Amino acid sequence: MAQSEKEILDGLAEIVNEETGLDTASVELDKSFTDDLDIDSLSMMTIVVNAEEKFGVRIPDDEVKNLKTVRDAVSFIAGAQS
Amino acid sequence: MTSNSEQRIVVTGLGATTPVGGNVTETWEAVLAGTSGVSLMTFPWVETYQLPVKIAATIKQAPVDVMARVEVRRLDPCGQYALIAAREAWADAATPEVEPERLGVVIGTGIGGVHTLLDQWDTLKEKGVRRIFPLAVPMLIVNGPAAAVSIELGARAGAHAPVSACSSGAEAIGFALEMIRSGRADVVVAGGTEAAMHPMPIAGFTAMQALSTRNDEPERASRPYDTGRDGFVLGEGAAVIVLETEAHAKARGARIYAEIAGVGISSDAYHIAAPDPEGAGAARAMRDAVRAAGLSPSDIVHINAHATSTPVGDVAESKAIRRAFGDEADHMPVSATKSMTGHLLGAAGALETVFTILAVHHRLAPATINLDRFDPAISLDVITGENRKMPAGDIAALNNSFGFGGHNLALTIRSV
Repeated sequence: MAQSEKEILDGLAEIVNEETGLDTASVELDKSFTDDLDIDSLSMMTIVVNAEEKFGVRIPDDEVKNLKTVRDAVSFIAGAQS
Repeated sequence: MTSNSEQRIVVTGLGATTPVGGNVTETWEAVLAGTSGVSLMTFPWVETYQLPVKIAATIKQAPVDVMARVEVRRLDPCGQYALIAAREAWADAATPEVEPERLGVVIGTGIGGVHTLLDQWDTLKEKGVRRIFPLAVPMLIVNGPAAAVSIELGARAGAHAPVSACSSGAEAIGFALEMIRSGRADVVVAGGTEAAMHPMPIAGFTAMQALSTRNDEPERASRPYDTGRDGFVLGEGAAVIVLETEAHAKARGARIYAEIAGVGISSDAYHIAAPDPEGAGAARAMRDAVRAAGLSPSDIVHINAHATSTPVGDVAESKAIRRAFGDEADHMPVSATKSMTGHLLGAAGALETVFTILAVHHRLAPATINLDRFDPAISLDVITGENRKMPAGDIAALNNSFGFGGHNLALTIRSV
């Protein structure tokens, strides 16, 4: 079932918090995973896999490099759900 | 490189997380009080796999209570324990100021990240390759704890992970001593860690008939030198010490616990699991440790024995001590602290070095518990009942550690 962008953002923030310890409030749409949130490629893979499970979508490995900001990830997940 | 070959190497910091305490003070007080850390395991897998061994000495303080959740997620339990103990030791040494290139780390472990290895194997089989944790390999590698501690402290003189089964922790401290003596470092953080509370290693030790099955009396199961001993009790945890040259310690006004005065190392070349029953290799390690300290057997007033509570091992060590020191062993009262902590495998040698340091520092050697009927095959002055006061003046003690594969380590600890 498709979720709203807000629901996806909240869910993604929880996953990021679980992986990195960052406050969920700091996971904002305009933030860059690498530059703003200091998430390395290994953590990103864990976040992607957990997001796949949480949102019931598949995020191909080739797609991960395009997910530069939180907004990119939320949009991709929303698109994949619809 | 600076030569430290003529320097005394002293201990200025202690850290530990063990089955009887979340830090050194709690652990030492528990050991002096004769507290057993052994209990029935509450893990569901004990029943799932019908393990015949239902007792263990599990960690007293859960890492998640004392470290960030993210650290817990990114480190195997063996790395978590090492980091907790290293942080305590470093703080206890009053965070020495030392150039990163002169600071080393040596953390041994017997098995390494066995939880991660086996849990991730389960994940691969059950959920597929994409669910493997990206940090699985750095978490399971045996040098993971040494690397984690070196990163934490910014130690750049080298990070090492000696592996010799149940003597790994003692070997790490011996390695640290030689690292400083050779001039590679002025300060080294060294110890051992183990986290093998998993059904597979327990099943493996069970298959070797190495573990006690005294499931109905957990606190009485680890009973070195008692005629009723039937194997060791698996423990877990870590112990870490800070070693530095005496000059470095004095220059910064550090509190000094004791001197690590010598190490003796040998290998049996006899059997992959059983000790040489005559204890020739173990005896050589002990004599070498005393000689390397510039001492003679008459100076040794205490031994913290390896004494795991196995029928064969305890007798072999007793023979080895007599072989090394003859009648001089009469004045070397023995503590078998595994009677309380269980056997921490790769952390055991480091934890028992901490106990030996504290025994010398406080002039008090802990009593062995559960020794009801003394095995007549043992010829040692084993401390029971009351803790034993050590003499005043310049004293020295030995810590013995032996590992599957025939690894023998002895460390000489001297008062300062």
